[in-house]
Amino acid sequence: MSGFLLNRLSQSIVLLVIVSIIGFTVLNLMPGGPLAQFGLDPGMTQKDVERLAAQLGLNRPLWIQYLDWAWRLLQGDWGHSFRDGSSVLAVIGRHLLATLLLMGTSTALAIAAGTWIGIRGATHRYSLFDYCATVGAMVALSVPTFWFGLIGIYIFTLKLGWVPAGNMYAIGDGSVLDYLHHLILPSLVLSLVHVAIWSRYMRTATLDALSQDFVKTARAKGVSERRILLKHVVGNALLPMITLAGMQLPSILTGALVTETVFTWPGMGRLFLDSLGYSDYPVVMGLLIFSAILVVLGNLIADIVIATVDPRIRLG
Amino acid sequence: MTEAKTASIYSRRNAVQLMIAGAAGLAGSNLLGKPVLARSSPAKPTGRVIVGLGQEPTVFNPLMVHIEVDDGVHFSVFDALFRIDPQGAIQPNLAAEVPDQKNGGISEDGLNWRVRLRDDARWHDGTPFSAEDVKFTLELIMNPNFRSWRTAGHALVRDIKVISPTEISWRMEEAFAPYLSFLTETFIVPKHILEKEANPNSAAFNQAPVGTGPFKWGQRVAGDHLELVANPDYFGEGPHIERLVFKYIPDLTVLYTQFKSGDIDLVGQPYITPDHYAEAKTLPNRVVTLVPRTSFESFYLNLERPQFKELAVREALYAAIDKEAIIQGLYYGVPTPTETFMPRQSFFFNANLPLHQFDVNRAGKMLDQAGWAKGADGIRAKNGVRLSFANSTTSGDPLREQVQQYLQQTFAQLGVEMKISNLPAAVMWGEFWMQSQFDSVIVGSSYLIGADPDVTNRLHSRSVAAKGGRGSNNAQYANPEVDALLDKGARTFDPEARRAIYFQVQELVRRDLPFLPLYQSNAVEGLKKGINGFVPNGNTRTESWNALAWYWSS
Repeated sequence: MSGFLLNRLSQSIVLLVIVSIIGFTVLNLMPGGPLAQFGLDPGMTQKDVERLAAQLGLNRPLWIQYLDWAWRLLQGDWGHSFRDGSSVLAVIGRHLLATLLLMGTSTALAIAAGTWIGIRGATHRYSLFDYCATVGAMVALSVPTFWFGLIGIYIFTLKLGWVPAGNMYAIGDGSVLDYLHHLILPSLVLSLVHVAIWSRYMRTATLDALSQDFVKTARAKGVSERRILLKHVVGNALLPMITLAGMQLPSILTGALVTETVFTWPGMGRLFLDSLGYSDYPVVMGLLIFSAILVVLGNLIADIVIATVDPRIRLG
Repeated sequence: MTEAKTASIYSRRNAVQLMIAGAAGLAGSNLLGKPVLARSSPAKPTGRVIVGLGQEPTVFNPLMVHIEVDDGVHFSVFDALFRIDPQGAIQPNLAAEVPDQKNGGISEDGLNWRVRLRDDARWHDGTPFSAEDVKFTLELIMNPNFRSWRTAGHALVRDIKVISPTEISWRMEEAFAPYLSFLTETFIVPKHILEKEANPNSAAFNQAPVGTGPFKWGQRVAGDHLELVANPDYFGEGPHIERLVFKYIPDLTVLYTQFKSGDIDLVGQPYITPDHYAEAKTLPNRVVTLVPRTSFESFYLNLERPQFKELAVREALYAAIDKEAIIQGLYYGVPTPTETFMPRQSFFFNANLPLHQFDVNRAGKMLDQAGWAKGADGIRAKNGVRLSFANSTTSGDPLREQVQQYLQQTFAQLGVEMKISNLPAAVMWGEFWMQSQFDSVIVGSSYLIGADPDVTNRLHSRSVAAKGGRGSNNAQYANPEVDALLDKGARTFDPEARRAIYFQVQELVRRDLPFLPLYQSNAVEGLKKGINGFVPNGNTRTESWNALAWYWSS
């Protein structure tokens, strides 16, 4: 196990270095850059822009900028945002909790609903429920989330007045109930697509488990279908889902770009969009490395959990 | 207490204009901390106003490089020496009076400036404001290690002397009349806090600023909102609301939706989109108005491209633009057609410029007469130069993209080929724009800083960055007559004399057409009924310039 861990860790470090080089290069090769937003200011001259570029170190060769950035990162300094001067880690920290709240809730909803729909769809294959679940999943996967968001706001906020139009809490309130009230619509909208994914995977995994020999044996021994399902099928069907959950981990922490924008949710997804829009390179690079680390960690955790719960898998 | 005096750059000639404009402002009263009329605002700050913004304010040190959405915070937390009112008159703010050549504040040659200051202003931490703070501010702007915003004008300041805590003087390297306007956007920062910082770029002050303004720093929830609280010790009249909140809503449809649903009280930049204007006017308990801005949409040309060097071509293209159809058909009638870069509300606006007339046939004849004949491909050409060019604007702006498609069709009838080549904003306004790498662009931009008519930075031949110039004359326009007028205008302090100069500049620019003026923007501003004291001010970049005067009807 320790050999496996070391091997995976060293691979991960190489991967992170490659990701950072590609990310840094692509980001900096884009024409324009962080000072382009001042191009229309009647008082900002080309000389002002050049002065600022020098002060921010943007006039140095790209490879020097990269090495400088990487060296600082190794020392724990993720750089400072061009927009507000805060440290990148502080900027990420400010948005992390909001994302965790939204994504955590929607993922929990999605797993619960998706698992149930998937299992029921598999055990009642080709039933009306199964067809409805299939069509529903296709719709949820095909229609953009922002459309669901806008429709949700139109119906449940503007027409019915049941839930707020967006925001994480009402300014000046901020009670637990208020947070929950604001959480309802975005988490439901966001969970739609995850329910669809989760239910489709779960249906396939359950069908796969149902066709296994041990199920046939259990049936031959006269075990009840309910007991077979709970004792033998669900446990085995959930195994591949652990990998899926591991892959989902980064998105729980990196947020949902569009949903956070539609619901004015101050999370990581919107931070990423904003930072890209302003070419705030230090924050974009910080978010890139942060998500790369999460992807690596998510996969690693999934592998370890699978190896632990399924002794058939041997790790070298 | 020092009595603040109001000095106007206006003469008798526009007194009527001022009276009309002033009457609109009286409803709000108290524009600059001095009540104009007795009114029923609460004695103690009460209530809260939430302003929805499409971009997030992130720069709170007002001297550092920032964008216009940060201005609402700066105007609320800080004071400048002077402020500019909606009519373009410069008013004292931290200064006790506006210096000019008549009161001796500015010497006859325009080189020596002397400013008297208020003696009753205090920083939010209780420290008295003094001339030392003004000196420190002006010096910090020119500190080469400081990421300061605009340095134009400030770079001419020499020998700053603190005469007393309430008086300061300096010498200008050359006479520069627009500097008074520049100072209305130069907020004074506290010396006693910032002088202790080794690196002012990363000072804690930048995240929790201390000013002298009507509102104190409250708290910021990054990515969501920031909250300012009333400064009960403010030297002027106001503030009347207890809390001022700037709420960040990036999506414009969502911004409007939250205005409709009542989550925000007032729509700030970038305001309500034109396509929602008709509906917004019908919303109950909302006040929605069109407010002129100083931004101008134009078909901007790169005059160094061989296609555009000849005036006849520029005139023909201008004649082939159906402005009215664009404004009414695509922009829901929101903007106002214009022939110049000067806001029509300005004292310096020349209303007598030739009016544009849409006539494709006339445009065709102009090109025929100039020798631009159609080739086998249907495109006109002359001396080997095809009348073909690219037009760019920011991608993702559906209205501008529709304008492009509309013009493309009209120009094609004329035998002119226009290729659409759009770019993301972060690319468009970088070197592509600054270094004149475009053929033509559709752009909305301001030409003035504050209300000063000086447009040297945009139209003087030494301002062409692509040729090593200091400014942003991206059209690469060069006219010695305009250059001379701009040089003279910057040295002239008398408003009437300046008016004549900038009238002439506008005539020449209208004749030369370095850009084809389309329209002056109007902001569709919306607020809840019950908010009083809201007065738009096109001479500032923010709707929240006078938040100190806002109050709720009881």
